[in-house]
Amino acid sequence: MTHDHVPDTVENAAATPEKDQPFHLLGLKPDEYQRIRDILGRRPTSGELAMYSVMWSEHCSYKSSKVHLRQFGKKVTPDMTKHLMVGMGENAGVVDIGEGWAVTFKIESHNHPSYIEPFQGAATGVGGIVRDIISMGARPVAVMDALRFGAIDHPDTNRVVGGVVSGISFYGNCLGLPNIGGETWFDPVYQANPLVNALAVGALRHENLHLANAKGVGNLVVLFGARTGGDGIGGASILASDTFAEGGPTKRPAVQVGDPFAEKVLIECCLELFAGDCVEGIQDLGAAGISCATSELASNGDGGMHITLDNVLLRDPTLTAEEILMSESQERMMAIVRPEKLDAFLAVTTKWDVEASVLGEVTDSGRLIIEWKGQTIVDVDPTTVAIDGPVYERPMEYPAWLDALQADSPSKFARETEGEALTKQFLAILGSPNEADTDWITNQYDYYVMGNTALHTPDGAGMIRIDEESGLGVALATDANGRYCQLDPYVGAQLALVESYRNVATSGATPLAVSDCLNFGSPENPEVMWQFARAVEGLADGCLELGIPVTGGNVSFYNQTGDQPIHPTPVVAVMGSIDNVARRLPSGWQDEGENIYLLGVTADELGGSAWAGVVHDHLGGVPPRVDFGAEKALAGLLGAAAHEGMVTSAIDLGTGGFLRAVADGVLRFGVGARVWLDEIVSRDGVDTTAALFSETQARAIVTVAREDDVKFRGLCDGRGVPVLRVGVTDRESRALSVQGLFDIPLDTLRGTHRGTLPAHFGAVVGG
Amino acid sequence: MPTVIVEVMPKEVLLDPAGKATARALQRFGDGEITDVRIGKRFELTIDGEVTPKLLEHIGEIAKDVLSNDVIEDVISIRVAD
Amino acid sequence: MRVGVITFPGSLDDRDALRAITLAGGEAVSLWHGEHDLQGVDAIVLPGGFSYGDYLRCGAIAAHSPIMSEVIDAANKGMPVLGICNGFQVLVEAHLLAGGLIRNDHGTFIRRDQKLRVENVDTAWTNKYSVGQEIVIPLKNGEGGFIADEETLDRLEGDGLVAFRYVDVNPNGSLRDIAGLRNARGNVVGLMPHPEHAVEPGFGPDMPEAMSSGTDGLAMFQSVLAATVLS
Repeated sequence: MTHDHVPDTVENAAATPEKDQPFHLLGLKPDEYQRIRDILGRRPTSGELAMYSVMWSEHCSYKSSKVHLRQFGKKVTPDMTKHLMVGMGENAGVVDIGEGWAVTFKIESHNHPSYIEPFQGAATGVGGIVRDIISMGARPVAVMDALRFGAIDHPDTNRVVGGVVSGISFYGNCLGLPNIGGETWFDPVYQANPLVNALAVGALRHENLHLANAKGVGNLVVLFGARTGGDGIGGASILASDTFAEGGPTKRPAVQVGDPFAEKVLIECCLELFAGDCVEGIQDLGAAGISCATSELASNGDGGMHITLDNVLLRDPTLTAEEILMSESQERMMAIVRPEKLDAFLAVTTKWDVEASVLGEVTDSGRLIIEWKGQTIVDVDPTTVAIDGPVYERPMEYPAWLDALQADSPSKFARETEGEALTKQFLAILGSPNEADTDWITNQYDYYVMGNTALHTPDGAGMIRIDEESGLGVALATDANGRYCQLDPYVGAQLALVESYRNVATSGATPLAVSDCLNFGSPENPEVMWQFARAVEGLADGCLELGIPVTGGNVSFYNQTGDQPIHPTPVVAVMGSIDNVARRLPSGWQDEGENIYLLGVTADELGGSAWAGVVHDHLGGVPPRVDFGAEKALAGLLGAAAHEGMVTSAIDLGTGGFLRAVADGVLRFGVGARVWLDEIVSRDGVDTTAALFSETQARAIVTVAREDDVKFRGLCDGRGVPVLRVGVTDRESRALSVQGLFDIPLDTLRGTHRGTLPAHFGAVVGG
Repeated sequence: MPTVIVEVMPKEVLLDPAGKATARALQRFGDGEITDVRIGKRFELTIDGEVTPKLLEHIGEIAKDVLSNDVIEDVISIRVAD
Repeated sequence: MRVGVITFPGSLDDRDALRAITLAGGEAVSLWHGEHDLQGVDAIVLPGGFSYGDYLRCGAIAAHSPIMSEVIDAANKGMPVLGICNGFQVLVEAHLLAGGLIRNDHGTFIRRDQKLRVENVDTAWTNKYSVGQEIVIPLKNGEGGFIADEETLDRLEGDGLVAFRYVDVNPNGSLRDIAGLRNARGNVVGLMPHPEHAVEPGFGPDMPEAMSSGTDGLAMFQSVLAATVLS
């Protein structure tokens, strides 16, 4: 380290306009650097360059995605936003769920750090999204995670899976947040680029809503939480050197280390600060650290801020000003505090043993001014840093390979008709990595803590009680099918949406809002950009059709292994509410002799299916069709049936189709079943393979007590949902019987379903 | 049989949550003489035979690749126990 | 009956313990680790969590927190004290219970619905159970492996100080399947599984009768209410 590093001041910058600056090493393009010079009317100081470079990065500025994401704000009706208290653009959206309660939720990626250092990458991913939730004024109440790994049998997958899962387990469990669901996929396209998308949900009373803005001239800017160290600075340390060539400073590590204990204490401390009305505005520190927090708070408030950077409490005293501005040390928050409230504020932070320091104050000068050792090192209009960054309309190109891929339909494969062959296909699907039981992962997560978890893995949606008196609660589900999206990103994104929507409806809740985490390859690849644009358009159109708004989310580009982009993976999270979680619908069968009904119709739709992938190692054709009207009717029916207590379980049909869902029903509580296909085949005009494995949407299976048969069919007719009785539960048989085709003992099903992950990653405790 | 001792510490520039929490706790004991704590790992490798320079080199590789995670940790010493 | 639940920095299941006490019919009182005031409670629960991050050894730093001097004093005078998971680790570090708790033998955190056998009912926290009764209680820990030397284990067995034992599956490598202990007097009990997560229908472990319906933990909190009435 160059301990005697002399900071680059505004004065110095004005006096030395020709100084060569390493903007390219910080990821800025020549025209972007020139634009900074134009904005400032001089060259930036090294501190300003640090701020602009990180805030104008793809990750912080959304420069490639912004023009497309605008659709989420435009394709809305007044009816869609009537429950929305805070929409896109804040740390997380906030939705009114009634009884004075609001819920905030968001899903965010931490993909690249999770490949470099899986444990810390995933852990800090959880930490970051939880801080987004706290900064809205909410108590975090649950987390979920959507994970994508490389091939299950690749030698490196074990390292990534083990690290990511234990990182999520470690951080989430230590925070005391129940992990209530998520999904895990394995596919070689994610080999050197796993996806770790973490979702957090929080609850707040309406009056406790807090926003990230710095208002009130003279109010204090307080940084609190962990000390600032050299975490996650990476290339920024290049700025510490005047030569940035030979003999420069040691490069700082690009990873961050998470401390869930510090975050847990920070949560409780923040909630006590909110309760004591000690903060005016609050912002968490994530990517771009102090650079982001100061420029965003100032931009969203009265427009100015004066900061003395020397007041930042440091873990490492050798950090330079530029490094302090860019440090991504975890577990830090920035609050705007009225001067007369400072004592009360500090009393709370002291109680929780949380360190805090006053960095400066809010001004209305329209300038963000940062001083360091008595000299001004940053003097910028904060909106040019945080809001008015570059916006690109990247070139797009219809993928040259797509027509051939869509033409390669799985209809070319011969269909089996015999029981033995179909049993083999079914067991292969049930035990395939993407359909297999995930206990090996989820047994490492605590879903009990807080005592409000009503549904959790392996249920299709997680559900949390929000109000312990009334039973008011929320349900959440996430989904993305990269295989569908590769075949058609527009439809694929909509399929992720309707799957999550259906998962929430199947729990008995009413879907209300969406958050998305859009994982794609490089935006500089025109074909990837086309995929992205189509996926966003599909999602925005789909949300409009379903009448639920996107409240926020995150874009992650540059996900690729070498030059090979991942399949487009727009992870869609849907949140819904339920009046009383006691009315939730279980996702398995518990009682003897109940009727099993299939809701919805079945078409021959096997493009991109589990059947095509597992049985034929094939990806081609077109994905299933989306029917929003049918989805809405199905969701309405399930909500009504749950409300009236008429159905005893509900399972949505997704990948793997009808038989896969039936397997879920029997395996959940070990109650067997007899099902028959004749009526599906005759009514819908499909063959046995399609009846068993087609992935047609807008379908679910439910169980209903025998005496409610007529009433239930009446309910279905009234709501225009096609219904067929397709089986009965059979506790004694301890088997799944498909009439005329096969009987499979539950032990065989369970062994097949549960054996896959342990075979690769280690035994599950208790078998 | 000889023992080779390998010591691994978290990288100095990275946060050491364990050390930080322990340092805070220790402030309740004594008069504040202890200002910081860092917690690392010590491995004792029992060797069958003589510790040759070649073996030490091999242990150095194992220490770097297996016993530590060079993204977040440093091997700070490898030595033969007395 | 006033039953206190101590919140340490990093306690997680403190609100769950407070809820369990209320559901059992007691008056739940929040206590703060940094104070020396037990607020006149009749019994104390040390809840689960990761006190102080559990970075040194689980429960080690909490065992030295200010309120623990009062807790140890009260326990030695006969006040009922229950340690759940991290609370059990604190009681062990405070030497109110024997042995030690180490990393699970399989190396990972485990959450599962765990069957236990109640081995001893002559305590303030188990008197509502019957000897040999099998109960299902959620377990969730990374460092729940109970260890002690052979001599200590023999003494614990001989003196009837094993309160709970794992049945069917030993989830963490605990010696002699020990899941929970009592002290000689019977007022102090500690266990790794979480009785406070099996107190309310709809939010407990799955049972053969219905999903999430397990409430086998409630009797532990009812026991102490009965015990404090008697004393």
